[in-house]
Amino acid sequence: MNAIVDSRTMDPKKLIKGATGDWEVIIGMEIHAQVTSKSKLFSGASTEFGGEPNDHVSLVDAAMPGMLPVINEECVRQAIRTGLGLKAQVNLRSTFDRKNYFYPDLPQGYQISQYKSPIVGEGEVVVDLPESGGQITVGIERLHLEQDAGKSLHDQHPTMSFVDLNRSGVALMEIVSKPDMRSSEEARAYVTKLRTILRYLGTCDGDMEKGNLRADVNVSVRRPGEPFGTRCEIKNVNSIRFIGQAIEVEARRQIGILEDGGVIDQETRLFDPGRGETRSMRSKEEAHDYRYFPDPDLLPLEFDQGYVDDLAQHLPELPDAKKARFIADYGLTPYDAGVLVAEQDQAAYYEAVAKGRDGKAAANWVINELFGRLNKEGKDVTTSPVSPEQLGAIVDLIGENVISGKIAKDLFEIVWTEGGDPRQIVESRGMKQVTDTGAIEAAVDAVIAANPDKVEQAKAKPTMIGWFVGQVMKQSGGKANPQAVNEILKAKLGI
Amino acid sequence: MTDLTDLTLAEARDALKAKKASSAEITGAFLQAMEAARGLNAYVLETPEQALAMAKASDERLAKGQGGPLEGLPLGIKDLYATKGVRTTACSNILGNFVPGYESTVTSQLWRDGAVMLGKLNNDEFAMGSSNETSAFGPVKSPWRREGSNAALVPGGSSGGSSAAVAARLCLGATATDTGGSIRQPAAFTGTVGIKPTYGRCSRWGIVAFASSLDQAGPIARTVRDNAILLRSMAGHDPKDTTSVDMPVPDYEAAVGRSIKGMKIGIPKEYRVDGMPAEIEALWHKGAEWLRAAGAEIVEVSLPHTKYALPAYYIVAPAEASSNLARYDGVRYGVRVPGKDIVEMYEKTRAAGFGKEVRRRVMIGTYVLSAGYYDAYYVKAQKIRTLIKRDFEQVYAQGVHAILTPATPSAAFGVGEKGGADPVEMYLNDVFTVTVNMAGLPGIAVPAGMSSDGLPLGLQLIGRPFDEETLFSAGEVIEQAAGRTKLPDPWW
Repeated sequence: MNAIVDSRTMDPKKLIKGATGDWEVIIGMEIHAQVTSKSKLFSGASTEFGGEPNDHVSLVDAAMPGMLPVINEECVRQAIRTGLGLKAQVNLRSTFDRKNYFYPDLPQGYQISQYKSPIVGEGEVVVDLPESGGQITVGIERLHLEQDAGKSLHDQHPTMSFVDLNRSGVALMEIVSKPDMRSSEEARAYVTKLRTILRYLGTCDGDMEKGNLRADVNVSVRRPGEPFGTRCEIKNVNSIRFIGQAIEVEARRQIGILEDGGVIDQETRLFDPGRGETRSMRSKEEAHDYRYFPDPDLLPLEFDQGYVDDLAQHLPELPDAKKARFIADYGLTPYDAGVLVAEQDQAAYYEAVAKGRDGKAAANWVINELFGRLNKEGKDVTTSPVSPEQLGAIVDLIGENVISGKIAKDLFEIVWTEGGDPRQIVESRGMKQVTDTGAIEAAVDAVIAANPDKVEQAKAKPTMIGWFVGQVMKQSGGKANPQAVNEILKAKLGI
Repeated sequence: MTDLTDLTLAEARDALKAKKASSAEITGAFLQAMEAARGLNAYVLETPEQALAMAKASDERLAKGQGGPLEGLPLGIKDLYATKGVRTTACSNILGNFVPGYESTVTSQLWRDGAVMLGKLNNDEFAMGSSNETSAFGPVKSPWRREGSNAALVPGGSSGGSSAAVAARLCLGATATDTGGSIRQPAAFTGTVGIKPTYGRCSRWGIVAFASSLDQAGPIARTVRDNAILLRSMAGHDPKDTTSVDMPVPDYEAAVGRSIKGMKIGIPKEYRVDGMPAEIEALWHKGAEWLRAAGAEIVEVSLPHTKYALPAYYIVAPAEASSNLARYDGVRYGVRVPGKDIVEMYEKTRAAGFGKEVRRRVMIGTYVLSAGYYDAYYVKAQKIRTLIKRDFEQVYAQGVHAILTPATPSAAFGVGEKGGADPVEMYLNDVFTVTVNMAGLPGIAVPAGMSSDGLPLGLQLIGRPFDEETLFSAGEVIEQAAGRTKLPDPWW
């Protein structure tokens, strides 16, 4: 293992105020991501979620006498693809080790994992920080493949626990970061970004509710400029929000101890979201001696560079590259581009709308109108009632000055609830904007004639023109082109 | 016709083919012999109904001129092999009455080729032992006795049930397994032939694991030819065992009788251990002379790291065993002794389920893998293993085809005679055989003579990787020269 290096420059804005001064929080993370594959890491059993307990259990998963593991190539492929997505070193030779401990939901009495030589080495993830702004790079220490354990059910019987092995042997990627994060926001943003990359790659669905993505969070604090402090590991945090909360309360806990003259014990802790605290699970002394050694049932995992290159060639466009392209090709702000690429489906939807149109206008409509509305209704782009073609037509109608922005919102509402071709709706419901200057001039003249006092006021205070625009628009039922109204008014009022 | 149980496997095969006997007759004769020999404790489970049904099916196939290479030939199966629907315990209490729902790859290949199962054979618990005395079913008595003595002798181990059953003519041949000598030592003790093939030659799938990097399946039978016939059916690549090797299986029987003229046979000077009985030394010398007489060139070779093999083996094998046996925890199958919580349940179950030797090895293995000791023991032992492997590679690189050594440092000893106070006394039995497992090479034990008190002694031939054929050719030269061992007349 490499020495722990402090890759960051201290940022005073990220410090936590304690009673006796400032503290810096240091965060590193181990993410367990369930590999998307049809069958388990070393057996042919299904990885399907749910089913009756012990429905998806092979002889190997149940550790029957004489059973042997056989590596599932699909899981290897997925791990390599993930490594490539993390811009990481892919190791052409890696080995599997046994991590020995007794637990009822661990049938073999050991977990097959990669301890000494992981399949993927150092890489990095570039993370945008939406709240505080800016961007950080979080180093990846390694990624390795390992088996998941089963599940103990303690609520099925008054005196006994039951064991469900459906999950036993499912492939996990453990992705270990370097201690490169300095705030709970950074940690949340890192997990969010990592999840986005995994979802783009299709190597993990990132579903934290199902436990398909779990985080162990390492937290320590120090005075600015001092060496790293003693860390505590918070196990199995299962939502991004809880990751943030766990870090905040754990940092506060450690600062409190240190400020009272105490020392931090290196230990494993659990986060209790209900009580908003972390509590000790086991101390360093109680830590298991896992007796790692190479699994003699499995030969070293070897493949050639050609295999890796082939996988690299077929990777999808990843979020960073897509974001850069959206900025360059569609003239988007980094922020808007970041929002759009957070999910592959969103980005694809946006591109369908933006193609051949004004990219910025398309982004505005997708982000503000569509996403706003989808969020409100608990939907996403894949279940959107408004298709990219329909939204594109609305953007076109605005661009062609057929409708005003305001009318467009009404039109969007109609398309959302009733569906239909926006162009036909505009036609059939008479929503077209009036650009005929003759008609607008008549309306302007009428308003001026009816309000001589306001005309005088406007001459003294030109911003009064807004009142006139409003009146004219009202007369036209909102269909007059606001630009034209403005110009004609200016001319007639002489301002 | 002689007693059907006196036939070798090859003779029985030929008799069946020539319709001089039926499988039902041969199987019936063995079932009868087994019943009469229960005092030897070679079988821990007899499966007469299954045997007769399989024999009947074989006879029907033979009548139609069909049938595989082992059609109708009754065999005994070491209890380490999972047999579908038939109790499989590895002769440990911890498996209780475990009945697997699956068949090991090796036995399924035997049944595919027409063999008949007579029952499950005794062995040292989890194959840990060299005398078959650690079995939960009690020790096996060897059919052999010293001249003028009625004292019970061990049949060797761990495949003691296999060697005793073959020597007592309770089957035509038996499956066995070898982690440190468990095929070759019992064969040598009982005047039978046993081969441990190259690591990876046979699938380990469905065989209860002892030490995965050392375990290998192989046969024990009465002759070199019988071994060759059985190994051909047992060997082969298995996608379910990634350490099995995808290489074609040769017709081993064709190697039996093949000339060894011009072959180079190495005699490793490091195998001349302190305190080796003169008769073993003399036998070894005689063996070399026989091979020379058959046209082989005898050369002295050096395997300098031999003396480290046994200590290194007793680190590697227990280390792997401590992990392999973790699955016997009382949670899913086998014996469970309840406790007040899960930890106490584990402790009580494993204390009750495992015998003394197994507990000892689990503890040694746990110790050598522990933080702080791993580098000093396990890592060092693996380095020695690499050096041992290199020793052999260098010898073979000099054009040596096979290496001749004694199979054991002594003839069979008495039940209860060894290893009571000092387990190392027992471990020393494997001094000539463990190197072969550490290097993953094939080794065959062939009877070559008798001790002064009338017990069989064996020689071992160690081959190049996947060159079992040379072992069969050279082994048969020794077998022919020594004359077939006359197996003991039934006293049991």
